Amino acid sequence: MQERVKAKAIELLEGGVCDRVLGWKAGEFFYDVTPAVFTSREEIEKDFVFGPFCGANMSKYLIAESRKDGGKVGAFLKPCDTYSFQQLQKEHRIWRENVYAVGVQCEGMCDIEAIKAAGIKGILGVDGDGETLTVHTLYGDKSIERKAALAERCACCKSKKMLGCDELIGEQGEELESARFAQVEKLEAMTPDERFAFWRNELSCCIRCNACRNVCPACSCEKCVFDNPNSGVENKAAANSFEENLFHIIRAFHVAGRCTDCGECSRVCPQHIPLHLLNRKFIKDINELYGDYQAGADMETRPPLMNFQTGDPEPSVVHERGSEQ
Amino acid sequence: MRQDPLIPMLAVVTDIRQDTPDVKTFRVVGLDGKKPFVHIPGQCAMLSIPGVGEALFSITSSPTNEEYLEFSIKKCGCVTDWLHAMEPGQQATLRGPYGNGFPVDTDFAGKDLVFVAGGIGLAPLRSVINYVRHYRDRYGSVDIVYGSRSKADLVDYQEILDEWCREDGISVHLTIDNAQPDWDGHVGFVPNYVKELGFDTGKTVIMCGPPIMIKFTLAGLMEQGFPRDNIYTTLELRMKCALGRCGRCNIGDKFVCKDGPVFRLDQLDQLPDEY
Amino acid sequence: MKKCPISQLDNLFAAIAGKQKLYIPTGEAKTAAFKPWEEGMQLTSALNTVRSAKDLFFPQVENLVNFKVTGKQIEVIENRDPAEPFVVFGVRACDCRSFDILDKVFLCDPVDTYYQTRRECGVIMTLACSEPEETCFCTAFGIDPTDPAGDVSCWMSGEELYLRANTAKGEALLGSLDMLSDGGEPETDKGIFERLPLKNLPLDKFGGEHMMELFKRPEWAGLAESCLGCGTCTFVCPTCQCYDIKEFNTGDEIKRFRCWDSCMYSDFTLMSAGQPRPTQLERFRQRFMHKLVYYPSTHDGEFGCVGCGRCLQKCPISMNIVKVAKTLGEEKP
Repeated sequence: MQERVKAKAIELLEGGVCDRVLGWKAGEFFYDVTPAVFTSREEIEKDFVFGPFCGANMSKYLIAESRKDGGKVGAFLKPCDTYSFQQLQKEHRIWRENVYAVGVQCEGMCDIEAIKAAGIKGILGVDGDGETLTVHTLYGDKSIERKAALAERCACCKSKKMLGCDELIGEQGEELESARFAQVEKLEAMTPDERFAFWRNELSCCIRCNACRNVCPACSCEKCVFDNPNSGVENKAAANSFEENLFHIIRAFHVAGRCTDCGECSRVCPQHIPLHLLNRKFIKDINELYGDYQAGADMETRPPLMNFQTGDPEPSVVHERGSEQ
Repeated sequence: MRQDPLIPMLAVVTDIRQDTPDVKTFRVVGLDGKKPFVHIPGQCAMLSIPGVGEALFSITSSPTNEEYLEFSIKKCGCVTDWLHAMEPGQQATLRGPYGNGFPVDTDFAGKDLVFVAGGIGLAPLRSVINYVRHYRDRYGSVDIVYGSRSKADLVDYQEILDEWCREDGISVHLTIDNAQPDWDGHVGFVPNYVKELGFDTGKTVIMCGPPIMIKFTLAGLMEQGFPRDNIYTTLELRMKCALGRCGRCNIGDKFVCKDGPVFRLDQLDQLPDEY
Repeated sequence: MKKCPISQLDNLFAAIAGKQKLYIPTGEAKTAAFKPWEEGMQLTSALNTVRSAKDLFFPQVENLVNFKVTGKQIEVIENRDPAEPFVVFGVRACDCRSFDILDKVFLCDPVDTYYQTRRECGVIMTLACSEPEETCFCTAFGIDPTDPAGDVSCWMSGEELYLRANTAKGEALLGSLDMLSDGGEPETDKGIFERLPLKNLPLDKFGGEHMMELFKRPEWAGLAESCLGCGTCTFVCPTCQCYDIKEFNTGDEIKRFRCWDSCMYSDFTLMSAGQPRPTQLERFRQRFMHKLVYYPSTHDGEFGCVGCGRCLQKCPISMNIVKVAKTLGEEKP
């Protein structure tokens, strides 16, 4: 796959379709790739990589890149990235005419932290295409199930469909029956007190680094309210012990109906707070209350929370559902 | 309890003078009615109203004033808005003095001095000017070039007229940006006026004002052949601690709060241009 | 040198915790943290905690002082978090070096008494490394991970925990622990550290004497281009110490507190008069220049990095000090 993506990147540049391409630059190790803009064949041949650790959602970078002067920017988007890509176009954040989008089929991205969590140290390389991966380490070779090495969002991938691209590398895929709501159901099965304790415990780890917000494609405000000194809520640290909780709750509300469940928030959280569960709960609720809705799945539908219909549930639904749970 | 440098002392604002439409001068003493601390001209202090915020201001009064400290403050943000709205008798918190100050007793001694100020930029220089006036025989000639948008925007205009203009050996050169009916002085921007005045390049230049004024005045001075190690200015960056720790007011390896705010131009040449 | 069987670690912890608070690194690898020891708590299997040990001396949030404002009157109310003696076990050599770096910032004149009090209250028990991660590069800064500093140095070797007091505080702590016996020497193997991929970080080109040349390097633009501007690197870093001072109105009093801040944030240097670091490039450059140039310039050439590798593991886009040092520090072809 890497060779096909690299060849395409060079073709886009040299064929004059794009004057730059957004891809991943090799790092010190095999896994620490960095999103980067490439402008020449030499740069691409030297540093461009595409592999099982290219997890970053490139759509976020397209907000800024598509607004730059000059020619088109080429972008390689995984299926889940394309949902964000479409959603951001619907929100008029990405300027579509300045992007040449290449969909790249994906078998699931690995997460180095997942491999480390399995107790593997000093990781120097990973091999194997099958269900078992061989991990080369400073302490000899170890093996790990591929499933265990996957990022959480990939372990319960919602769709292999690539949307709204100019061309595709790899076969077009389908939406998948995923078990992504299973963890939400577990939370729903808790008593309100247990659930409150669960979130208080998780969110107490927050260090307010803002990585979740800054990486989130749905967080595309020019100036976040939490960065605005005049808002009264821009404290970088908790003025009281509930403040971090509110930060995440408000953020979840703000992206509700627009979050495509790309899972970047949980990927980047240095404290491994399962932030995606907050968003997924909203998605599940929206599905139940307004009918199935997948943000970014199309260019036409209006998000349920921005589309009033007479049949919409009354506010009392909050109370009714609250007392059920 | 240990006294920490971040814990301020209490002070009282005893007098507030409206200098210009957006500048007020605040007279501050300790709770005992005495001057809170001794400072060097060019040094700053952290003033705060709890609940509003803390901010660093240059001390406008001269150290030779033994009764109180004065701060000339322009209304331009959260803390300063509040300060402008308050009344005499209000308590405030104070900590300082901070920074290096001007080398009034060393490098400036015996020198001919040219002060160049624009707008509220007079505030830190006023401390030096009054210090120099007090110890007049320690210095050579004194020229003061001061400009603002209009006559009404000249800070300390009365003091300038009543005291500075009447003193022997001090030449005051005032200018305003645009002509107005009750002004018979010079009209024009400070950088051009400095050039017109054609000072001897052996004089020491002490400058403070908006970045645009500094930029063009400097260009003029360079053209005239002033050596860069004889030009002084004072800088302002965002600060929280004023102790060289909170980490935001550095220019390269120098902290404005601690190593500055007074820098010589040749010193600034050795630093990144992040100011 | 003292020793104690590793099987008796729980008893050792209980004995220490019986006299003062004890923190140990605990939890799963993904969320390892220093936490107050409780019965049954296990040491983490992770080499290092997510957040560094600096938190114990320079916490993310701490009260400075309270004010009560009544009309024109202000009352200053002491509101310092109470300091109590504590022991922290399992600090790695890298984090231990970070205390030297922080000391030079906080203990120089005028002393930061909040930090000073915590330093005086804390006894540091370091733990030698034997299984480094690929992201470790403390040896590039002259740190010996097999012989860490601290008040007490500890080694796990075979079935034994070896303990060596290095300071009077350390002597006092070990002297108070009856279960320790006199012991020989732990076996240490430095071989693994020779094989670390990042051990030869090129640092010759850094330091204050190269400030302007490094500041102007064109490579900063490429290094900073995908920086998200989050504060992850800053907050997991053992040597980052920039802070903000903020106030919170409790309704009754004004609580003035300090909290960690990040030079990566857009409002870090924002003033009503302007913004000296307007884009992420300047902010990104500031962070790495501080570690590799500004800090050494004012501290006898000592770098402001200890090679713990946290920023390598945690940066969402995998941009870090190693990549910066290699890009700017290696000979240009």
